[in-house]
Amino acid sequence: MNITLRVNGESHDLDLDPRVSLLDALRHHLHLTGTKKGCDHGQCGACTVLLNGRRINACLTLACMHDGDDITTIEGIGADGLTPLQQAFIEHDGFQCGYCTPGQICSAVGMAEELRQGWPSHVTDDLTADPELTRDEIAERMSGNLCRCSCYPGIVNAIRQSLGEQA
Amino acid sequence: MRPFDYLRAESPDAAVQAAAAPETMFIAGGTNLLDLMKLEVLAPARLVDITRLDLGGIEADGDGLRIGALVPNSDLAADPRVRRDYPLLSRALLAGATGQLRNKATTGGNLLQRTRCYYFHDRDTPCNKRTLGDGCSAIHGVNRNHAILGTSEHCIATHPSDMAVALRALDAELELLSPNGSRRRVALADFYCLPGDTPHVENILEPGELITAVILPAPVGGRQIYRKVRDRASYAFALVSVAAAVRVEDGLIAHVALAFGGVAHMPWRDGAVEGFLQHQPPSPALFAEAASRLTAQARGFGANDFKIPLLQRTLAAVLAEATEVTA
Repeated sequence: MNITLRVNGESHDLDLDPRVSLLDALRHHLHLTGTKKGCDHGQCGACTVLLNGRRINACLTLACMHDGDDITTIEGIGADGLTPLQQAFIEHDGFQCGYCTPGQICSAVGMAEELRQGWPSHVTDDLTADPELTRDEIAERMSGNLCRCSCYPGIVNAIRQSLGEQA
Repeated sequence: MRPFDYLRAESPDAAVQAAAAPETMFIAGGTNLLDLMKLEVLAPARLVDITRLDLGGIEADGDGLRIGALVPNSDLAADPRVRRDYPLLSRALLAGATGQLRNKATTGGNLLQRTRCYYFHDRDTPCNKRTLGDGCSAIHGVNRNHAILGTSEHCIATHPSDMAVALRALDAELELLSPNGSRRRVALADFYCLPGDTPHVENILEPGELITAVILPAPVGGRQIYRKVRDRASYAFALVSVAAAVRVEDGLIAHVALAFGGVAHMPWRDGAVEGFLQHQPPSPALFAEAASRLTAQARGFGANDFKIPLLQRTLAAVLAEATEVTA
C-alpha cells in the first residue's frame, strides 16, 4: 500500500506490504540504518525513534499505520554538528560497541521532553510535584533501553549533564 | 508474520462492522498484538486500524472521568486529574512497561493484553489458549509466573496488566460499541472470565465489539497504593501486585478496596476480605487474618508456590502502609 512518511523533515512516498514494521521501512526501504534492530519485540529499545515528537519502539508498529506522520531518527539528530547530549555521551563513555546508542539518544531526547512536561515516573515520590533529575529518575525512565556493554553509569551521567545537572 | 489485509477505519461504526468478519482484529497501539503476530501466535486475516478514530481524550463524567479507549498509557498516567484524584491508577500505569511502550499502548488495548505465559508464546508446546483441547504445558511445567487463584485444570495463566488491577479496585466501567450500533456499559468486575474449560475466552466481548471508553466513578479518596513485586526494579511483569484504596475514620477502616495482580486469570478481587476489614480497627493481627482469608483457596503448582506467602505479606505490608499501622 502507498503511504507517505515524513522522516527527519523530508517526505518519502513508499509502497509497502502491510506487514512492514516502521523499523524495517526506515532501514530497508529508506536505507536509514542508524536505527538498529535488536530484539524486534520491544524489549531492548535499540529501535527507538521519535514519532510526532514522542519516543516509541519502531519495531512494534506498522509503517502503514503512520501515513503522514513525522518521524525523527538518529540521522535527524545532530545532523549539523553533535548536540550537547551526543557530546556528553562521548565525554562520559556512554557507549562501548555503540549498537544501542542511536536508541539511547532518541530515547533520551523523548524523555527530556516528558520531563519538561512534568510527567511523573515509577520512582517519583510526589505524583503532583515536578520530578527531580535524580539518577534513579533517569535510570527508571531509560529502563526501556538496554546496553549489553553495560555503560549505564556513563549513559546516566551523560543525560544528567545534557539536562544541566552535575553529572 | 502471516500476510493480512489492512483496513483503516473511518468511523467507530465502520470499525465494528468491519471487525465483525471472521479472523479480524482491531489494532491500536499494536505493542502486544504485533509482538504476538511476529511469533505467529496470532495470525489474523485482517487488521482494522482504529488509531485515527476520535476515541481519545479524558473528560469529566459527572463526578468521575471518562477516558477514551485510545488515550495512551503515558497520557493517562500523567493527567493532572488522575494524579490528584486516582493516584492508584497513575501508579499502576507507571509500574508497567517502559516509556516507549506507554507512549504507544492504549487504554483499551492494555485491558486486552494477552498473558505472558511462556507456553502461550511458544507454538511448539501445547496450550489450551492457542488450541483448545491440546492441554496446558504450564501446570506440570515452568510455572513461576503463573496463577494461584481461580485456576482450572485447563489453564493457569495470569492476566499481565497493572492498569487493569488499579481499575478493578477503582470500580471502573467499560463502554462498548457493538457491530449492530448499540452501546452497553459493563463493570470491569464483569468483563473478564476465569479460565474454566474455555481458557481461550478471556472476556465477554462479542465478535467485532469495541471498547470505546473507560469510566471512573467519583474519587474515593483515602490512601491509594499500588505495590508491585517483580524480579527486576523496572520493566518486568508482576509476580504479585496489590492495589489498595483505604480510608480510616475515627480509628476504624471506613473504606477499603483491594485488587490483586499476577495471581489470577483476571485482576482479582475478594469482597469477603474487604468485608472482613470494613469497620475494624487496623492492626497487624487484622491484616494477617485478611491475608490468610485471601489465600484460603490459593493453590500453587510448584515453581509458583512462593506466590502464596508473597501475596499474604504484600497485602499485609500495603494495609499497614495505607493505615499507618506499624508492626
